[in-house]
Amino acid sequence: MALKIVKGSIDRMFDKNLQDLVRGIRNHKEDEAKYISTCIDEIKQELKQDNIAVKANAVCKLTYLQMLGYDVSWAAFNIVEVMSSSKFTYKRIGYLAASQCFHESTDVIMLTTNQIRKDLSSPNQYDTGVALTGLSCFVTPDLARDLANDIMTLMSHTKPYIRKKAVLIMYKVFLKYPESLRPAFPRLKEKLEDPDPGVQSAAVNVICELARRNPKNYLSLAPLFFKLMTSSTNNWVLIKIIKLFGALTPLEPRLGKKLIEPLTNLIHSTSAMSLLYECVNTVIAVLISLSSGMPNHSASIQLCVQKLRILIEDSDQNLKYLGLLAMSKILKTHPKSVQSHKDLILQCLDDKDESIRLRALDLLYGMVSKKNLMEIVKKLMLHVDKAEGTTYRDELLTKIIDICSQSNYQYITNFEWYISILVELTRLEGTRHGHLIASQMLDVAIRVKAIRAFAVAQMATLLDNAHLLTGNTQRNGICEVLYAAAWICGEFSEHLENPMQTLEAMLRPKVATLPGHIQAVYVQNAAKLFATVLKGEEGNTDGTAAQEASQLMIDRLPLFVQSANLEVQERASCILQLVKYIQKLQQKDVEVAEEVDALFAGELNPVAPKAQKKVPVPEGLDLDAWINEPPSESESEDEQPKAIFAKEEPKHSRPRHTEVDEKELARRREARKQEQANNPFYIKASPSSQKVYQEAPGVEHIPVVQIDLNVPLKVPGLPMSDQYVKMEEERRQKERAEKKKKEKKKRKEKRSGRGKKHDSAPESEEDITPAHMVDIVTEEMPENALPSDDDERDPTDPHKALDIDLDRPLADSEKLPVRSHRAAEAQKSPTDGETENATLQEPKKKNSKEKREKKRDKERDRKKSKEEKKKKKHKHEDKEEDLLGGQADEPVLQSEETSQVAEPPTSSSTTAEVSDLDFWLSNAPVPSNTQEAATVAAAAPEPSVTAPDSEPDEPKDTEMEETKSSKHKKKKQKKEKEEKEKKKKKKHHHHHHHSDGAGEESVQNGTVEEEEPLPPMSNYCLLAENSYIKMVYDIQGNLQDGSQVVVSVIFENKCSSFLKSMEFNVLDSLNSKLQRPEGSGPHDGLVVPFQLPPGVSNEARFVFTVQSIVMPQKLKGTLTFIVKNEDDSTHEKLDFKLHFTCTSYLITTPCYSDAFAKLLESGDLKSSSLRLEGVNMPFHHLLARICFHHHFSVVERIDSCASMYSRSIQGHHVCLLVKTSAQTVSIDAKCDEPTLLGNVLDEIKQTFSQC
Amino acid sequence: MIKAILIFNNHGKPRLIRFYQYFSEDMQQQIIRETFHLVSKRDDNVCNFLEGSDYKLIYRHYATLYFVFCVDSSESELGILDLIQVFVETLDKCFENVCELDLIFHMDKVHYILQEVVMGGMVLETNMNEIVAQVEVQNRMEKSEGGLSAAPARAVSAVKNMNLPEIPRNINIGDINIKVPSLSPF
Repeated sequence: MALKIVKGSIDRMFDKNLQDLVRGIRNHKEDEAKYISTCIDEIKQELKQDNIAVKANAVCKLTYLQMLGYDVSWAAFNIVEVMSSSKFTYKRIGYLAASQCFHESTDVIMLTTNQIRKDLSSPNQYDTGVALTGLSCFVTPDLARDLANDIMTLMSHTKPYIRKKAVLIMYKVFLKYPESLRPAFPRLKEKLEDPDPGVQSAAVNVICELARRNPKNYLSLAPLFFKLMTSSTNNWVLIKIIKLFGALTPLEPRLGKKLIEPLTNLIHSTSAMSLLYECVNTVIAVLISLSSGMPNHSASIQLCVQKLRILIEDSDQNLKYLGLLAMSKILKTHPKSVQSHKDLILQCLDDKDESIRLRALDLLYGMVSKKNLMEIVKKLMLHVDKAEGTTYRDELLTKIIDICSQSNYQYITNFEWYISILVELTRLEGTRHGHLIASQMLDVAIRVKAIRAFAVAQMATLLDNAHLLTGNTQRNGICEVLYAAAWICGEFSEHLENPMQTLEAMLRPKVATLPGHIQAVYVQNAAKLFATVLKGEEGNTDGTAAQEASQLMIDRLPLFVQSANLEVQERASCILQLVKYIQKLQQKDVEVAEEVDALFAGELNPVAPKAQKKVPVPEGLDLDAWINEPPSESESEDEQPKAIFAKEEPKHSRPRHTEVDEKELARRREARKQEQANNPFYIKASPSSQKVYQEAPGVEHIPVVQIDLNVPLKVPGLPMSDQYVKMEEERRQKERAEKKKKEKKKRKEKRSGRGKKHDSAPESEEDITPAHMVDIVTEEMPENALPSDDDERDPTDPHKALDIDLDRPLADSEKLPVRSHRAAEAQKSPTDGETENATLQEPKKKNSKEKREKKRDKERDRKKSKEEKKKKKHKHEDKEEDLLGGQADEPVLQSEETSQVAEPPTSSSTTAEVSDLDFWLSNAPVPSNTQEAATVAAAAPEPSVTAPDSEPDEPKDTEMEETKSSKHKKKKQKKEKEEKEKKKKKKHHHHHHHSDGAGEESVQNGTVEEEEPLPPMSNYCLLAENSYIKMVYDIQGNLQDGSQVVVSVIFENKCSSFLKSMEFNVLDSLNSKLQRPEGSGPHDGLVVPFQLPPGVSNEARFVFTVQSIVMPQKLKGTLTFIVKNEDDSTHEKLDFKLHFTCTSYLITTPCYSDAFAKLLESGDLKSSSLRLEGVNMPFHHLLARICFHHHFSVVERIDSCASMYSRSIQGHHVCLLVKTSAQTVSIDAKCDEPTLLGNVLDEIKQTFSQC
Repeated sequence: MIKAILIFNNHGKPRLIRFYQYFSEDMQQQIIRETFHLVSKRDDNVCNFLEGSDYKLIYRHYATLYFVFCVDSSESELGILDLIQVFVETLDKCFENVCELDLIFHMDKVHYILQEVVMGGMVLETNMNEIVAQVEVQNRMEKSEGGLSAAPARAVSAVKNMNLPEIPRNINIGDINIKVPSLSPF
């Protein structure tokens, strides 16, 4: 009853919810599909309702059905509707559904851009979170481009919950929109030091992911990561960082050296197995990168191997597995240390877990030596016999071959043994690796000349017993070895004892059941054998044997002439005709043997796999040019039958398509590879070539008539490998005995054979000489070609696009597009208390209203919006701002959160940034945490090209540049270049340089919108001028010494005469003194260390000592010089006044927001404020001016509000909070020295009153 | 990077699938089948890793469920194993003694929990308390939003459950861990 009432009143409540759906499906086990289809019909009805709750419920059910494999993309639009619900509950359902079924080609995705942007800026952090999570799953290039800036803003959100999500999603954005990487990177980097461990971990995660793909671009972050590694206690973060270091060390071995110690410490101290394991892994990577040129790291290796042994011995299979995995890495470089654990590894071969057995197999590969190869292979052969399931057995087989053939058969001392192993392997039933064995047989027979006779004998036996191998050809790839056997017998038939018998074996009717490509080889090599038989019978007078051979050929070949396989057919009919002709000649008693033999004369040399590729293209040959006119459409159709033909026979017929496009080329390359693989003339030694062989699809597709022969798979008469093991043992013993004798006789006798190579190796290893002197033929390569591995990266790899140099300063074109008609809303959200910007933006918005209306349609014109953007947001210069940009108001808000986190402020983070990688790596102690040290060090290697008295200025100059670009090397070069240029046209250059710098900086801002370029700025102001000379100067504080400032003066010769003997002198005051060289009096002038030809300018630097810096000062001075004309010279002088502003005592010092917040909080600072009216310049210009003229750096900036910081040479902190609205700029300032602050503010005021 | 997270039961029935790169529904189902095939034939006492060419499967088997993470080489094997543990323990906290039925009937909630652990294929949070706290706040939000409309819905679903006495019978009790479905308010 109650039920009815409820049902009547709210009908929709009886729509199935998710639980009902699940229950229903479980109740309809028999007709599940039918039930679900009715449910889908219901869902379709529900989706038509207006009620969002009903829709959300329907979408939720669809998400479940999607999991069961139902395509729900038809409801994409409804999902978008639910996503845009204002209720969190429904929104979350919508985003979940979207994340499950949206992808790049979902067309409704483009409708979501605005909705997502709105959600990202929602005041509810969980709306934002849900949107970020959803977006991370279906972000498209368009979404990434449109939302990159919004997400970047979120990276500085007040809530760590949002920050960490925003940081993580940036990786997806980078992948889809690689242009965003460079603008966003500084902020991402900043997040590495976020106070919240979750955010920090997210940033580490993203950077590790980026760095893994393009490690070289991230080397400069190594110091920062190093610091994190030594300070972090979060195992997740540590694991990531340590893994990252593993990727970086191969690029920078010095980094490895630095890492060894902390890693070893971690290995000793950690209790977390996961961390221990990663540490060991990275230590191994380090050791690999150091493998040469590093004295002694045996302790580290021993430690690793020891720890790994503990893992392998652990009862936990996971640890065992990983231990073996890591062990195999050590093996590559330090096989000796692993070899001592052979027992353990052989033990693992018997493990019940197949993964572990496979890992152990991998290890065996590197553990073999000449001494133990036979023993190990014997053990593996036992496993082969025991192995159940073909996968593991095949794996064993390939491993045996890998082990034996590695590094050019280095460990094989007895090739007879190896051939017999290969022959034994042919007894495996059902293996897929027949071709692998075949290629080994070919390789050995061709390259080891001494073994040919033996090999030929073995192959002849194989051919004789071919019926045993072809037992069940349908699923038996082993008949591939017959290919090799036939070829070897044919090619090296001179070694055959009884060629006639082999010839007969090769022409048996059964052969016709073999795959076509094998038959073809049979036919061809039968002809070779035939030639050998004829040659052998030449001397005999009766010649019956020869005639018998001809008759045999004539009898048997017609079978092959009828072959369905074209290759077989063609070869057979050619040879048949040839033999018929020979027979005629034979009957006339003509001596033909020699001529027949000449058909197959000539030695075949092995060719290196890459030899063909390395043949240089002859000059003047354009491989891409058409030889004939390109074929018309119809012509290419004509060729289609050939393509079909090629498909049938991919092995031997080359497709003759003339259209050369990428795919076609790739296909041809593939076909060629395949052909090479099957072509005995292309013998490949490297394991990779075997892989290529293995991948050749042709073999499986060739239909083979099945013959069922249930004969035991023992090839009679074949020698067993065990015999050879014994024989080899005996041989070795004998050899040893002989050697001892010999050594007694002649101690100095040289060792024989290949034993010469490594004299340092232990005796037991090298005493073993190969059974026969094998001459391993090396493969042929074109001249000057190196068999290097120049594998290119997959061009479709999305990470390729992220191979971006992150140290290069940003260029104008690289800014993130910002969609602006939402900007006002978007900007409000991240910071709660920010209203004044909105008001500021109001009037400006009006300007762009027209444009905005045009933009209502979805297709957005980026250029236009850029224009709009520049009116909305302003940018300012200085790179630091990029790192910190975002929230001017935040420091205060954040300070509460951050105050408890012990975070080494400014200095250390600047160190990381400023100090350069080389310095960090080359210096044994970790750089001290003071900025001075770092900068001095960075400056130290600079060659001081300028005059000696200018030297003190160097560090400062460096410091300035340091802030612009963090890449030291570049800088160094740049600097050197500058120095050179300076000599030529001093003044010009300086102007240029500074405006350049400003240009760069303006781009590097956190907010990245298009804006007017900054006007060129220069700090150089006029000192004095007359008709001969003009002096401009700039004063900057000296970083190293709190009582020094450096005055750079540019002297420009304005006249047409030569200026020389310039002397610069000032009248010292009590407070400020010109530093003069020792021994000169207090009133002596300083000689300017250059002369000025007409029209030339140059710069000299003068150091002044100051005591108090709180007040501006003026110093009077004089420059005296000689004007030299062709005939006469005159003494001239010029008076000037040097104005030391308080600004000149400030030094641009970057500061991080958290340190800044702390500073403000400390309460030691006195405040003051300034109001500027009628400043009619964009905010970013304003900031740029303050930064440039007054040596400030931007700590953070949000819209029209920015915090700035600077420090005096005597360590006073100066903090500014600059706000602008309309044309009024208000500056609230704090400083620990009120007088200084007052003067600085006055100077700022003056700067702006001038413009 | 985590490429995919699959949860299926001992019979290969998917309980939650999360792919971090796009595959069509058919492909997804095939991947689930293949993964199940690979994982299910392994004993419980063998290692929890399976290596493919450029990815690896790391899984854990709990009673009736397999939790399989497909990851690439940038992830630490043991780390992911721990992560699975964290995820399962979080589920356990959020559902109070989680069992397969919780996952069956509350796939959406499991997704929401997973979203707090892994985002877009990258590990977001590993601190269980933090994860649980965030999930709970969101659940509270959902409840408060539910307001009036949710109350009758709850009543109805209670009625529905009363009407279906056969529910417990339909549950395959294959494992002692299984309990009668908790009909927690939706």
